[in-house]
Amino acid sequence: MITPNLNYIEELSGDDEAFKQNFISILKDEFPDEKSEYLENIAAKSSMEASLNVHKLKHKFNILGLEDSYHFAVTYEEELRGGSDKLHEEFLEILEIIDGFLKSI
Amino acid sequence: MNCIIIDDEISARAIVKQLCANTPELDVIQEFDNAIEAIKFLNQQNIDLIFLDIHMPGFTGIDLVETLKNPPKIVMTTSDTDFAIAAYEYEAIVDYLVKPITPERFTKCIQKIKSSVVKRPILDSSKVSPNDTDSDLYINIDRRLIKLKLSEILTVEAKGDYIDIKTINQNYRVHTTLKKIKEKLPENIFLQIHRSFIINFTKIIDIEDNSVLIEKSVIPISRSNRPELMRRLNLL
Repeated sequence: MITPNLNYIEELSGDDEAFKQNFISILKDEFPDEKSEYLENIAAKSSMEASLNVHKLKHKFNILGLEDSYHFAVTYEEELRGGSDKLHEEFLEILEIIDGFLKSI
Repeated sequence: MNCIIIDDEISARAIVKQLCANTPELDVIQEFDNAIEAIKFLNQQNIDLIFLDIHMPGFTGIDLVETLKNPPKIVMTTSDTDFAIAAYEYEAIVDYLVKPITPERFTKCIQKIKSSVVKRPILDSSKVSPNDTDSDLYINIDRRLIKLKLSEILTVEAKGDYIDIKTINQNYRVHTTLKKIKEKLPENIFLQIHRSFIINFTKIIDIEDNSVLIEKSVIPISRSNRPELMRRLNLL
C-alpha cells in the first residue's frame, strides 16, 4: 500500500505557508482534471492520448513522494504508446489513493 | 536575470516560480502554458533565461528551441530523463532539470549558469586494472556462446526474467538475473546503481543528481546506491 506525503512540498515551501497552501490547492484542482481526462481516453481506447495524461500524472506521483509509483508510470506510459493498457487497473489504484489523499488534506 | 517559465502544467510552473522567488538573481517576468504564446513574447522582449518544459501539446519545448534564431540561455524541465541527450544537442540549453526539481538542484543550476562552467566528475581510473578491462564474458543466447569484452559493456538492465546487456556495438537479451551477472563482473569497473541497473562506471559521461549519462542512455541512481557511486568517483 503506497502512502503519499508532503515532504517535497514542505521542502519547497520552507517557511512559506502561503505558498504551501496555494500549491496544495493547485494540486487539488489539477489532479482530478488530469485523472478524468485519462479515464476518458482509456474508455475511448485512445492509448496515445492516455499516455500523455500518464506523463503529466506521473509528475504528481513524484511531488507526493511516490517514487516507485513514478517508475511504474514510466513503464505504463511506454506501454500505452505501444497500444497496451493492461496496466490500467494497477495505475487506477494509485490514482484513487492520491485522490483520497488530496481530499484528506 | 530576467526569466520566463513555459510549462503547460500549473503545478510545474508554480514550483519553478517558487524556486525563482527564493533566488535573488532571478526575476520572473512572465509565465506561459504554451510555446506559441511564449514565442510571440520573445519576439518583443529580451530575456536572459527560459525555464522550458519539453512535453507540451502541439508545439514542444524542443520545437521552440529550434524556432528561436538567437535563443537566450535555456534550462529544460521534464519528467523524462530520456530527453537529456536531445537537450544537450542545442547550444542554448545550459542545463536539464528533472521534475520534481529540488531546491538544492535548482541552486546548482543557477550557479552553473552564472559560472557557465559545466562540472564533470573525474573518474579514478587508476583503480581500474588493465586486466579487468581486457577480460571477457561469455553469454548464452539460443545455445550460442557469445564473447563480450568487459570493457565494451556499458550497462546491464534487469527485465523480469531477463537482462539487457548494452555494449558499445550491440545489445543482447539474456535469460538470467542481475544478481547472477553481477557476480561475474569485476567490482572495480561495474557498479549497481539501481535495483534494475548495473553500469560500467568507466563509461560515465556525466552525473546529475539522480541519474548518470552513459553513451546515449540516462540511468537512474537509487538513493541507497548513490553514496557508493560517489565514493568511487575521484571528485575535485
